[in-house]
Amino acid sequence: MELTNDWYLVLSVAMFVIGAVGLLVRRNPLVMFMCVELMLNAVNVSFVSLGTELNDVSGQIAVFFVLVVAAVEVVVGLALVVAINRRRADATADDISVLRG
Amino acid sequence: MLAQLTQNSVPVELPQYSLAGLSPLIILAVGAFLLIMVRSVVKRLPATAERFATIAVGPATVLVAWIVGGLVGDEMPLANVQSDVGTLWFALLFALVLVVAGLFVSTMRAGFDAIFTSGTGLVALAAIAELWNDHHRAAWPAEFGERPVGLLGNPVTAIDDQFSFDGFSLVMAGVILSAVVLCALLLDEYLRRERIDGPEMYVLMMLSAAGGVVMAGAGDLIVLFLGLETLSISVYIMAALHVRRSESLEAGLKYFVLGAFSSAFLLYGMALVYGATGSLNLHEIRLHLASVVILKDAMLLAGLAMMLVGLGFKVAAVPFHTWTPDVYQGAPTPVVAFMASAVKAAGFAALVRVFVVTFGPSLNDTGFLAGDYRLDWQPAVFVLAVLTLLVGAVLAIVQRDVKRMLAYSSISHAGFILVGVQAASARGTAAVVFYVAAYAFMVIGTFGVLTVVSGPGDRKTSLDDLDGLAARRPALALALTIFLLAQAGVPLTTGFVAKFEIIGAAVEARSFWLAVIAMVSAVVSAFLYLRIVLSVYLGSPADDSEISEGPAERVHPAAGLAIGIALAVTIGFGLIPGPIDQLATEAIPQLFASG
Repeated sequence: MELTNDWYLVLSVAMFVIGAVGLLVRRNPLVMFMCVELMLNAVNVSFVSLGTELNDVSGQIAVFFVLVVAAVEVVVGLALVVAINRRRADATADDISVLRG
Repeated sequence: MLAQLTQNSVPVELPQYSLAGLSPLIILAVGAFLLIMVRSVVKRLPATAERFATIAVGPATVLVAWIVGGLVGDEMPLANVQSDVGTLWFALLFALVLVVAGLFVSTMRAGFDAIFTSGTGLVALAAIAELWNDHHRAAWPAEFGERPVGLLGNPVTAIDDQFSFDGFSLVMAGVILSAVVLCALLLDEYLRRERIDGPEMYVLMMLSAAGGVVMAGAGDLIVLFLGLETLSISVYIMAALHVRRSESLEAGLKYFVLGAFSSAFLLYGMALVYGATGSLNLHEIRLHLASVVILKDAMLLAGLAMMLVGLGFKVAAVPFHTWTPDVYQGAPTPVVAFMASAVKAAGFAALVRVFVVTFGPSLNDTGFLAGDYRLDWQPAVFVLAVLTLLVGAVLAIVQRDVKRMLAYSSISHAGFILVGVQAASARGTAAVVFYVAAYAFMVIGTFGVLTVVSGPGDRKTSLDDLDGLAARRPALALALTIFLLAQAGVPLTTGFVAKFEIIGAAVEARSFWLAVIAMVSAVVSAFLYLRIVLSVYLGSPADDSEISEGPAERVHPAAGLAIGIALAVTIGFGLIPGPIDQLATEAIPQLFASG
């Protein structure tokens, strides 16, 4: 079976869905961040494969921006988790529930 | 050029700005950087020198605004400048206002950081006013005679079409910068009261506003994404910055997780749109859609849907609204004011720029209507608008916490603005601009009053805590009442005009059901606002200990000034809506010039 560009898109969709479902299902904030990373990297895969298919360089360049933003997001996310864990160890997303209506 | 404008087709080459076009952005970034640098010096000075430095910010603002105005002006490659007299008068007037405001604020014992941030916001506003002036002159030189209303010409772009500047992006940036000025004044006393005083909040707010300005003028999907992330990441931290309150941290984390989730959706949508159209540049996408029949229709549709999800999260459209009540309740109140005004404005600017402008109607070289992709996304926005209007209004009523109530009310306001987006017409876009601008001032005023009322630790935000506010603080109660009535859409306020414009646009676009639902939603939410007003005027405090805590509700002059400005705008432009209306009409992107 030939490995066409479409298969990369399928891979990207699979990664994105795993990330999205994981983020909704898992309760550990760290695992949730990993799921966000998975979703963003799924986007990277599709950017690269679409850029190759279109023979256009802007898809490849977009990946760099996404990588930078993903790194920045993780920095902020981890800072938040550290701040929360300082007040309270072993917090999962279920414990963080002071706010509800 | 005249032919080009009247024919209203998509030109292949757009006029280019030099760096001057980016001046609002540069000012915000430099301001944020300077605040960190200067602040450490100022804090080491003796108290009198610090006062002097604070007072000096006012005149310095004027000076810098003047210089920036001179640098920005006449930078347009198209500019067909007859004389600079108009600009000079404008600058003089602006300088006078700034001197008065600067001296006024400086004598009110506001901190250096807040004044500096307001000053930076004002300088950036001056740059925007100058760009707006330039744009007018360039888009319609005097020899063309009277300029038709709403015809501002094609956007001028910078950095190879990565940014596009037109009336729309300038007005939206103006709204965001006004929010910065007012929220900085609100933050001043709040941060001292909560003992989290420091430059962080202001720096983050300026960076966040810079992101918003980028979003408003984005000419490329990746630039849009970068602007959105700059805006959002700063706001995530701002929401969580009250680190001693667990509610604040929780709000920050929730906002962060759902925000990151939504940006991943937005980004995936961008990738799919890229795959379908072969470009990330909005202008090139428009050209492509106008000239080529898209074969990968499914990919384009999926991309549009996912981008709608991503931006829907940002503007808190139902069913992507779940973070809003929690975050609004937990985040520091002045930050909520910023989120409800600036973040919302930036989100809607992006929605209009991507959906209404890029995937709206455009004419191809031969003057035929081509590439009209409105039918691909209008039904989805219709459904979002209906859900947002109804869910926001109904769920607001059952809340007990005022900040939660106002969160749901902001959701229903987002529904109203979505009605304007759904119209996808010139009038609809003007209505969106008007509504966003009017709502920004109303909501900053409302949360400004709440900042004062909620007391140390932001604890007193339940409906019972507002009981008898009129007896304790009549002026504050009156201001809150006016803001709430404006949000309800009572005549003689900007809220009424904004709702009127939106419903007018919906009717013009033949979305009659949407107009009906919007009016029903307005009636339902009126009940909510009246409930708060009743509690303010007729409720009696649960126990007398509330009253003995008297000094907690002292209105600091800086916060008072912010509330006063918001009040003046809400009532002033409610009585005389002409100027904002004119501004909104001229802010319609070129695409719709012929209706």
